This record gives sequence, structure tokens and C-alpha cells, in this order.
Amino acid sequence: MSSHTNDGHTNDYVPHAPGYVDNEGPKVVTSRFTYEDSFTLERSLATGGYDGLKAALAKSPAEVAQEVKDAVVLGRGGAGFPAGVKWGFMPQIWPRYLVVNGDESEPGTYKDRLLMERDPHQLIEGCMIACYALGLNQCFLYVRGEMPLAHERIATALNEAYAAGYVGKNVMDTDVSIDIVLHWGAGAYIVGEETALIESLEGNRGQPRLKPPYFPAAKGLYYQPTIVNNVETLANLPWLMVNGAEAYKTMGSEASPGTRMLAVSGHVKRPGVYEVEQGVVTFRELFYDDNYCGGIRDDNDLKMFIPGGGSAPWFFEDQLDIPMEGRTVGAAGSMLGSGALVVMDETTDAVKAALRVVRFFARESCGKCTPCREGTSWEEKVLQRILDGHGRPEDIDLLLEIGTNISPGTYPVASFGDAGLDAVPFPPKQTTICPLGPSSVAPITSAIRRFRDEFEAKIDASADGGVAAVDAESEPVVAAAGGH
Amino acid sequence: MSRLNAANVTLANEIISHYPKKKSALIPLLHLAQEQDGYVADDAMEHIAELVEVTPAEVLGTCSFYEMFKRHPVGTYMINVCTNISCQLLGGEELLHHAEQTLGIRPGGTTDDGMFTLEDVECIAACTEAPCLQVNYRHEYRLSTDDFDRLVADLRSGKRSDIPAHGTLGTVRQHIPADRRAGIKHPDDEGTPAWFASRQPAES
Repeated sequence: MSSHTNDGHTNDYVPHAPGYVDNEGPKVVTSRFTYEDSFTLERSLATGGYDGLKAALAKSPAEVAQEVKDAVVLGRGGAGFPAGVKWGFMPQIWPRYLVVNGDESEPGTYKDRLLMERDPHQLIEGCMIACYALGLNQCFLYVRGEMPLAHERIATALNEAYAAGYVGKNVMDTDVSIDIVLHWGAGAYIVGEETALIESLEGNRGQPRLKPPYFPAAKGLYYQPTIVNNVETLANLPWLMVNGAEAYKTMGSEASPGTRMLAVSGHVKRPGVYEVEQGVVTFRELFYDDNYCGGIRDDNDLKMFIPGGGSAPWFFEDQLDIPMEGRTVGAAGSMLGSGALVVMDETTDAVKAALRVVRFFARESCGKCTPCREGTSWEEKVLQRILDGHGRPEDIDLLLEIGTNISPGTYPVASFGDAGLDAVPFPPKQTTICPLGPSSVAPITSAIRRFRDEFEAKIDASADGGVAAVDAESEPVVAAAGGH
Repeated sequence: MSRLNAANVTLANEIISHYPKKKSALIPLLHLAQEQDGYVADDAMEHIAELVEVTPAEVLGTCSFYEMFKRHPVGTYMINVCTNISCQLLGGEELLHHAEQTLGIRPGGTTDDGMFTLEDVECIAACTEAPCLQVNYRHEYRLSTDDFDRLVADLRSGKRSDIPAHGTLGTVRQHIPADRRAGIKHPDDEGTPAWFASRQPAES
């Protein structure tokens, strides 16, 4: 089998990227994932593809929107806002646009790429259903630049779908006409923020827009009403249209119906991307059950885990029995975010792990807001010197103070039973336009609250001659310890 | 240093036609320039500015914001090693260190023979397959240092023809045939789709 390329050559099928684990449980968005040719139109049509669009077109747009609202389809990108409610924020103004956020780049997140690569027709169908419900005829699929296989498969799928009449003029022989355009990102985490995504789609630097307006639904692409939805959110719609809101709500919990794609990485025996019912399965089940990750590697003890991507405050042993859904995780001081779980065992250096996540935010800060631009690089610098054995006794307080300048007030954290400390619920406050800067505070606050002794040990070692500094023979210890 | 060639100008105009406003095509066109030359040349940016009717400075402003756009030639193969948290936990930093030693360059550097450029990158969405890297943005998974050496040897000996030249993103492009197009118009010329008005209940 072959596909057309730019220069007229043909390509054999590129195999699927690894990662997906076909576990027991309901399948809403991964039902085709185990087919080798899951991304082709033939496979899609042979397994119910575009039946959801057909069902939607038989209803009025308002009825379709109501179905999505009734099903309580929570956004799968990070904030977990109900898609149906978001759609309702659109004023009666045209033209209006749908922008699909496929810029997946939150540390630990690996699900939208699989959804785009393995089942692009499901996503296209979801886009068409959303466009129909919203009464708009232009959709832009913004896919992260570093995902060429996703681009190739979506481009092929769109070319097939246009030719077969599922997208474009007179969809499925009706009067409905909708265009979907595949757009290429170019490497910028911040573009995952919806107003930055819109700026990027307008050809600009990807910097978030000043709020208000708080939602692009009011003023988005070209300052027209715009809905930005995550890939996974839209991938749920074909199933929903075929089976209905009532069936959808039989999965998951009452507040969070349906499933989530969860990527579990780090120190587990079987890392992978699992489709899991929301609010039913607990973290403990996900990490330890044989149906999922099968335990911590080498049967080590769990030290901490990130429940929802690099931006999420860390969880610990105490939080293992929380059922995984936005509401409960938020109340416990973090977020399920983008469904990215990073598991760290007892061998992990908490300072080193915090530094790596913070360094990510320092590198990805767009530079628009001073607290984030300056604060994230200071956080990185201070953590780096603690790790390098040049920490100062005041550095722990300094780190917390920098955090307060980016996110004022008490930062969300998990409870710490042994120390008698309660949870502070999500989300954090912010002195910045977008949550990137405040996210950098999460690993710092989490690590210091729980492992202050590890920070202090590193700093003490520096103060009395610097054990770590002596190890680094090539380092000019005196000059570095003197500071600047 | 070159402007877009004739074939790419045709392609550029097709891409521009996919957007309600020309400037929206800027990032895809920068990718096109990078695909042509392996990097984004100054002349190409000026050419793109003409095509989308903005100033060259605006093109540079956008180009310089995004990590994937290189404004100088890079190695034949760009090796991007992920060291973000999931990869760090399973040896991503050690892999990067090994790559530095093996290639004799630091992140950002290019080998003297122009074969490899090394980068220390952020999460590339393959976290369950750590540690991972990309070669010209094509993923490689769960690499040991031996795997890395083998990869480099294969690249040097031309065994990896599946990896296209730097700058080639997708090998397939979206083409919308004129007779299948719903109709993409400038926002000023666009109104409520007729089908929507006719399908909504009279009073909503």
C-alpha cells in the first residue's frame, strides 16, 4: 500500500509509533488503535467511521450542541472545561471559526499525537460534527511541528475525506459545506495556550493575548468568535453522536463522564498510553494493577508522581487512592491536566527533578510578562546552584518568594499527612497573562513542602566546604561560592 | 541564500489560498523555505514577505520566535535528544552526554563534516518510550548508548533513507481541489453559512 508524496514518490506505510496499551475497559477514542491500517479511510469506514457525522447531519445544529452539553464532554487539553458550555459562549456573530489544538507539548503528555497518527479520520469527523453544531464553515487543525507522521496521516486523511465527500462542499450529499485546513506549528510550547495558538495561526509570534476577553469564543481568530478545542475532546464526538449522551454518561463518574487517554511514564513496569474511565479508576490502580502499569519498577517505593503534566503540582503516596477526575484531583491540590502521569520512585532526586521541570518553563517562557520571563530563569538559576553544591541557606526562601511574585497567595499543594498540612486546591493565582509562569512554581512548592530536608542537605553540604563542589574538580570552588 | 523556486511559489500560493488572511500562511511558508534550503534564508524571508504582503521584519519576527526555524545552515541530520522529566528519569541526560562525547559537539553545535547538529530539546511526546530522540524530527525510541552509536553509524553509511532531509516536515501535503472547496473567504466577505440558517429552528 502506498501514499503520494510531494515529489511523486510512494511511501510504504510507516509503522505506528509505540506506546498505546490495549487494556481492558470501554473504548471511546481508541477503538481502531490496534489495526495496522487504522488511519486509512477504508478501515475507518469498515468500522463505523463517519456514522457520527451522518447522525449529526440528521439533526439540527442546536440539537447536536445540546447532545454535547448533555453528555458533559469535559475538555481534554488541560483546564477540563465542559466543551458544550464553552460552545455556548459564542455570540451570534459570523464569521466564526473552530481551531483544533494539536500542539501537544506539555511534559509527559503523549496522547493527541497517537490520536492524530492512528485515527485521523475520527478527529476529522469530530471536527465536522463540531463545525456543524457551531454553524461554521472553517476549521483549522493546528498540529505541532515536531510531529511529521501526524501531519502526513492527517494530510492523507483530509485528501481522502475531501475526495469522498466527508469534508468540503456538500458534505455527504447535503447542503452543508465545511473546509478543514491542516496547519503546521513550528516549535513553541506556549502556543498550546489558546490565545497564543490563535496569534500563531494569524502568522504572529505565539504570545498569549491580554485578557479580557477571557474566552476566544467572544474574540478569537481575526478577532471573530472562535472555539479552540483539544484533539481528544473532538475525537469523542463521533462515538457520542452514534451512541448518545445517555450511553456516554454510563462511563466514568457523574461529574466526569467518559474516558481519558492517560500517558503513564517514568518508573513503572509497563509505561504506556491507556484509555481509562474517568473518576472510577484510582491512581493506585493505574500504577499497580496488571490491567495497567503493573507496579513500580524493581518493586521500588513510590516517591512522588505528577498527575497531569509538568504544570501540575506533585502528588505522593497519600494521594494514591483518589479517583482520577478533574474535580477530585483539583480539590486535592493538583490537576489531571493533559492526562500526563510521571511516576518517580525512591531513587529520584527531588531537587534534580524539580529543576528539570522548572528549566522547561524557563526555556519556554514567551517573554511577554515580566514575572514569568524573569522569575522562571531565576528559579532555574537558584535550583541549579543548589544542585551543583553552591546553594545558600537563604535559597529555599528565595525560591518560594520568586514563586509568590509569579503566583501570589498560597500555591496549590497536596496534603502532607505526616506534617499535618492540608491540601490547597487548584488552580493557582497569577500575576501573568497565562498560566505558564505560575506552572513553574508547582514543582518548587511541591518539592520544598515535602522534601525540604533534601534541599537543606544539599545546601548544608555546600556551606561546610561543599561536598558536591569538591566532587566537581574542574569547578573553581572559591569563585563560584563567592557568588555575584 | 535563495528565494523560493518556481515550484515552491506555486505551492506557496496554494497554501495561502487555504487561509482567510494571507499572513496566516506565514509559518507554513517558512517551513516551505526551510524544506527548500535546509534552513530559512534571508532572501526567502523577503520573498515570503512579498507573497503574504507584510514587511520582511514581520516575517523575521515570527520566524525568530519558533524553535524549529533555523536561520543558518545546520547538519545533514539534526539530532534532538529529549532530556525533559520522563526522559531524564530513564537516562535522557546520560544519552545526551554520550551523544556529546561521541559526536564531539555540544548542544547547538555541528560536527566539522557537516553531518550532525545536536540539540537538547524539550518533551517530544513519546514519554512512555523514554529516553527518546528525533532525527530531522523523526522519532527514535528507548535508546541505549549502543543504540545511539548504531543510529549514528547507520546515518553515516546512508542506511536511513527513511529519514528525509532537514526541513522536510510531512512528505504528504493537503490539497483541496477547487471543486471540493466549501469556500474560504476573507472575514469581511464571510457571513452566516446558508445551511446553518436553514437548519436552525425559527426562534432560537
